[in-house]
Amino acid sequence: MAAALEPIVGRYMTLPIGGRDNRIYFEEAGSGIPLLCLHTAGADGRQFRHLMCDPAVTEHFRVIAFDMPWHGKSLPPAGYHDEDYALTTALYAETILAVCDGLDLAAPVLMGCSMGGRIVLHMALHHAERFSAVIGLEASDHQQPWYDTNWLHRPDVHGGEVCAALVSGLVAPQSPDEFRWETLWGYLQSGPGVFKGDLYFYRADSDYRGSVADIDTARCPVYLLTGEYDFSCTPEDTLRTGAAIPGAETEIMQALGHFPMSEDPAQFRGYILPILERIRTASATR
Amino acid sequence: MFERLPDLVNGDTALVHRGRYLSVEMLLQSGDAPYRVVIRDGRIERVEVGAALMRPWRFAIRAEESAWRAFWQPVPRPGYHDIFAMCKLGVASVEGDLQPLLANLRYIKEVLAAPRGLAGEA
Repeated sequence: MAAALEPIVGRYMTLPIGGRDNRIYFEEAGSGIPLLCLHTAGADGRQFRHLMCDPAVTEHFRVIAFDMPWHGKSLPPAGYHDEDYALTTALYAETILAVCDGLDLAAPVLMGCSMGGRIVLHMALHHAERFSAVIGLEASDHQQPWYDTNWLHRPDVHGGEVCAALVSGLVAPQSPDEFRWETLWGYLQSGPGVFKGDLYFYRADSDYRGSVADIDTARCPVYLLTGEYDFSCTPEDTLRTGAAIPGAETEIMQALGHFPMSEDPAQFRGYILPILERIRTASATR
Repeated sequence: MFERLPDLVNGDTALVHRGRYLSVEMLLQSGDAPYRVVIRDGRIERVEVGAALMRPWRFAIRAEESAWRAFWQPVPRPGYHDIFAMCKLGVASVEGDLQPLLANLRYIKEVLAAPRGLAGEA
């Protein structure tokens, strides 16, 4: 018997980023307004698979998720074996714009989680003309660290296992075991030092306190959603950030943690669908 | 609750298997009450209750009694659902040589959570 195929289709493209060729994997489903999705640090685009299989989303949105270089099925650039990966705001922004250009996306909605939620604030501020709206999941302008990232990449501690065990506490206790462990699999699989390299961006090169107040939400609307169990990007971090951005809309999600789209897709749906509907309505009247 | 760890952990075959490479002494503390937990090959060999002179441990995990009780609720409230959440909240601390803790973090977290649902109302 033939298997029921999911609507998700994946492809590869090679893009110049940071002066080097990067082979990027992306997948997509649906049609309509492009919705470009950014995964969390140390993970990959599979986190968005549930959105891509939700007809309520894909009926009106072309949902696209790519794996950042070094992550998932994207490769690190040639020469990676002689360097320590460290993501920066500049490199992250260049990567996102390269994907938008490479796929010829016209005014996509940009949605990112965690470090992806951080960078959407930068994109709304500095590249507002490129996006019709941004959605920051577990997003803030800054947050207090809660562990030393040197533990993530050293020979006497298994990198994948310690990354997963650390972030396991960011999943809400109510989230279904199946999806909790699927979310953690991304971390268990992550390449050595990749989570740590992402956290260079998150911890050392993306303090946007102060600057987010200059985001013009009339040009690029900002929506922020954070799970009540997220103690990394806390609800207080997101509420502070939302309050600093005139016109931003902020909501704290019940019974969710740091990975809403993958840890409990059914619960997340109740929060994201109304936002997507509003973006669609605004787009139709524009 | 920590006195019950040998029964709760050693009866869980999968959990003992996950800790099979770990033999260590860790200190757990609830308020002022110390519990020295001796782990051998993933089994809780014994829990020594109360202060004892000159008995070493590699790492310590400490929290107020009320924080542990909140941590052990069937569905803990935000901030009390994970030991590092409690540390960030300022109601718990982790000290000492953290290598054996972090190299076996899933196992240790599951040992700490073993009494979940057994501690009464927070």
